[in-house]
Amino acid sequence: MESGVAGEHIEIRGRVIDGDGVPVPDAMLELWQANGEGKYAHPEDPQDKHIDANFRGFGRVSTGADGEFRVLTTKPGAVPGPEGKPQAPHIAVSVFMRGLLRRLVTRIYFPHTPANDDDFVLNYVEPGRRGTLIAKVAGKDNKFEWNVILQGEDETVFFDIGL
Amino acid sequence: MTSLKGFRRFAPGTQPDHLHPTYVSSIKRAPTKPLVVIPHTLSEITGPVFGREHINLKAFDLTKQHSGEPLGERIVVTGRVIDEDGKPVPHTLVEIWQCNAAGRYQHRVDQHDAPLDPNFTGCGHTLTDSEGRYRFVTIRPGAYPWRNHANAWRPAHVHFSVFGSAFATRLVTQMYFPGDALIPFDPIFNCTADETARHRLISHFDWKATVPEHALGFQFDLVLAGRDATPWEPPRLGGR
Repeated sequence: MESGVAGEHIEIRGRVIDGDGVPVPDAMLELWQANGEGKYAHPEDPQDKHIDANFRGFGRVSTGADGEFRVLTTKPGAVPGPEGKPQAPHIAVSVFMRGLLRRLVTRIYFPHTPANDDDFVLNYVEPGRRGTLIAKVAGKDNKFEWNVILQGEDETVFFDIGL
Repeated sequence: MTSLKGFRRFAPGTQPDHLHPTYVSSIKRAPTKPLVVIPHTLSEITGPVFGREHINLKAFDLTKQHSGEPLGERIVVTGRVIDEDGKPVPHTLVEIWQCNAAGRYQHRVDQHDAPLDPNFTGCGHTLTDSEGRYRFVTIRPGAYPWRNHANAWRPAHVHFSVFGSAFATRLVTQMYFPGDALIPFDPIFNCTADETARHRLISHFDWKATVPEHALGFQFDLVLAGRDATPWEPPRLGGR
C-alpha cells in the first residue's frame, strides 16, 4: 500500500493450508478491492465517488515458509450490488500456486458487519460455510485473520465465476 | 446497476479443472467441495489497471537484465491478447517467467542439477499496445525433469500471466514450442480436455517475428473471455 491512503488502515494475516494440513509455501494471492469510499479505480465503475490517487486497489503477496501471508491495506467501503442493494465491504481474491492450473477465486469479508447478512454473494453460500469468507478479529488496531483452507471440513468457499 | 455487462463463461472443457490426479501436485491442493457459482458484480467486472508508469519499460527483454548475455538460443515471442470475439485487449499487463536454456529456474525451490545462468533471471513483463500486441525477447527455455512420475520431463515452456480488463478475465497459462516431442506426454498439457483449446497452448514459428541474424520468432495469442452481449439480468437471491 502506498502512503497517504485515505480510510481505515487494516492488517490481514493468514495462512494457506493444503489437504494434509500442511502450509503451502509457494502460493501467491492477489487482492482487488474498492477504496475506503467504495469506489473501484477502474473506468467501468459508474459511481460518482472519488478515486484515491494513492490507492489503486490491487495487491499481490506470496506465502512464506510457513504458508503465511500479511497484507496491509485500507478497509474497502461498500460497493453497489445487484437489485440496487450495496454489497457488504469485501476484497476479491485470486489464489495461485503450483498444482493449480487455474486460479481459485474467493472473497474476504469483515466481521461484525450487519450488511453481511444481506450480501448478494454471501447469500449464494450455504450458511454453514459463510464463515470461511469472513475474517476474524485478531487483536486490536484493525488486525484481522483470514486463512485459505484448500480442502476438508473447513474448506474455504471458492467461487466459480466462469473463467 | 443493471447496466453492467459481465463476461461470458468459457465453454466446458476449454479450461483445466482444478483436480487432475495425473498432475500429482493438484491432489492435495484442489478444492474438494463444489465451487459456488456466482454472477459477475461490479467487483468482478472491474480490475487492476496498469500504466506505463507502473512497469519497467525494459522488462520485455529478458536477455538484457544483466551485464552479460544469457546462454542459449535467443528468441522473440510475440502475439496478441484478444477476447473470444477477436477484439484486442489493449494496454493490459502481460508477465512471463521461465527456466534458462539448461532447464533450471532461478528459484529457491528448483533443485534440478543443471547450471544456473548468472545472466538470466527468467522474468519479464510488458503492456499490450493499442491493438493488443505484445513482444518479448528471451532465450529458448530448456526441458527439465520433475518428480510427477517416473522419468517425468516437462516440455520447454514459458509461463504467461495476463490481466485483461477485469478481475474476471485474469488468466495464467503456459506456452509450448511447436514440434516438441515431449508435449503429448505432459500431464499439464493434457489437463485441458478440449483438443482445439489444448493445441492453442502451442506457439507457432513465425518468419515475420524472426529477426535476421539475431533471433527466431514465435507467435502466441492469448484469448480472454468475451463480453456478454446483453447487460446482465440479476437472478433471484439464494439460488444455491
